[in-house]
Amino acid sequence: MSMPFYVAPEQVMKDRADYARKGIARGRSLIAAICSDGILLCAENPSATLRKISEIYDRIAFAGVGRYNEFDQLRVAGVRHADLKGYSYSREDVDARSLANAYAQALGQVFTHEMKPLEVEILVAEVGHEAAGDQIFHILYDGTVIDEPSRAVLGGDAEAIAGRFEAAHDTGATTVEVLAAAMGALAGPDRTLSAGEVEAAVLDRNGTRRAFRRLTDDEITAALASTPAAPAEADDTGGGAGADDETSGQGRAEGSAGAPGPDAAGAPASEPDGDEPLEGDEPDA
Amino acid sequence: MTLPLFGPHDDPGPDFAGLVRRAGRASEPPLTPLADALRIPHGTTVVAVRYAEGVVMAGDRRATSGHLISHRTIEKVFPADRFSGVAIAGAAGPAIEMVTLFQLQLEHYEKVEGSHLSLEGKANQLSQMVRNHLPAAMQGLAVVPLFAGYDLARGSGRLFQYDVTGGRYEEQDYAASGSGMLHAGTVVKLGFRPGLDRAAVVDLALRALWTAADEDSATGGPDALRGIWPVVATISDQGYQRVPDVELSERFATLLEAERVSRGTTAPAGGQISGGDAR
Repeated sequence: MSMPFYVAPEQVMKDRADYARKGIARGRSLIAAICSDGILLCAENPSATLRKISEIYDRIAFAGVGRYNEFDQLRVAGVRHADLKGYSYSREDVDARSLANAYAQALGQVFTHEMKPLEVEILVAEVGHEAAGDQIFHILYDGTVIDEPSRAVLGGDAEAIAGRFEAAHDTGATTVEVLAAAMGALAGPDRTLSAGEVEAAVLDRNGTRRAFRRLTDDEITAALASTPAAPAEADDTGGGAGADDETSGQGRAEGSAGAPGPDAAGAPASEPDGDEPLEGDEPDA
Repeated sequence: MTLPLFGPHDDPGPDFAGLVRRAGRASEPPLTPLADALRIPHGTTVVAVRYAEGVVMAGDRRATSGHLISHRTIEKVFPADRFSGVAIAGAAGPAIEMVTLFQLQLEHYEKVEGSHLSLEGKANQLSQMVRNHLPAAMQGLAVVPLFAGYDLARGSGRLFQYDVTGGRYEEQDYAASGSGMLHAGTVVKLGFRPGLDRAAVVDLALRALWTAADEDSATGGPDALRGIWPVVATISDQGYQRVPDVELSERFATLLEAERVSRGTTAPAGGQISGGDAR
């Protein structure tokens, strides 16, 4: 009779976490940001059909990075959760916090009980009627929920992008202005992103019942053209690494987002147990 | 509420009604016919007419329970999604529930699949819902909707009517449903011409409802005293747009004035012209 090898629980969890982080780090990043007229979601995504950002409910949006099939399954489950809840109770009773908690339960369950953790990081955003009511929940592969006060960056190169974006982001600015800053931060100092390489959507604060709206390539191009100062501002804060002109390698440079795979795999590692505020299942502040 | 996750083999897909059944929240039809003493509210007359830019839907505001008026301001015409609408006649409770579920089904499909159903797909979806409702219809809770919308692929308005078994019939020009459907349908039939403009088709729909209200006790007419007007909506490439009450009240005033002029006054204007002959 063979005895299974003893593996310390710490080691099991660490291995799973490393595995999940590696998978997530291979993907391109995504930014969510609170603006004066709504919440902007912007992701680097060359595909025009496979979406990272989508609508969950009237005022709630979903975004995911990592393995497409895994976060898409979570997206559909979120739509079902919200629609069933709205049908059973009322449309007003559907909120981002309860959805974020449901996601956290599901991700935590998979992380501790299944062989393979989900290689995803997801985001649930709800736009309020006033800026104070905006909520952004960032949920990690192990079920950790982070209540982000004004912006969130998900994906491979999250720390560097967050550094660049934090300096360029002003919550009092409009979605158009913030879009330019977000694209500058996603691109980094060495390249620029064109409208075809990003996917963007807004949750419109003062819109109709369904606040979610995708931005077309034309709208993104127009937004970039109308705010020429913003990308430059974002590049300033890029850490000075890219002294070169940002026009180089516009098309091909996107591949480099996948490059920092093995090295940068540990980059977002400090996030769950680092200095981020861990909110667990707490209601928002 | 936990997250509704399914394995790849038992995933309900974009079917919201199926999801509601799986979650155990679907309503059950009554097991026996409803007693006559339980007079449930019924909605009555609705019409849909095609015009140059799309299709117009209209419905009166009355719900009746037997011979009593149970509601004066019920609505029977609803947006199904941005480019389609649904109008209901029959048992009001199940009908409104069916509309709610239908609206949710279209929105749920759109969110899960990331694309819209075709207009024909929506019409078929409603057909299935009416068919699933047949057991309740057999117990006296029949619902007979009209469905109309702007077909983005064809660039024209289309309309569909149903029977209680879920039979779906596409109509070319107009359709009517409910207790006043004969009168309303006849007025539309006589006044219809291909390519009516918006003003003409709204007037035609109002005249149809007004005539039905004139002949059918279960159909409510315009109520200037309380400010209750029919629900009229146009569905064109601009989407579903409800015609504002102010416009309806003006159109009714013009319509009734024209009627008065053309037929003359039934009662003598001064009250004295034929007074002497009546004895």
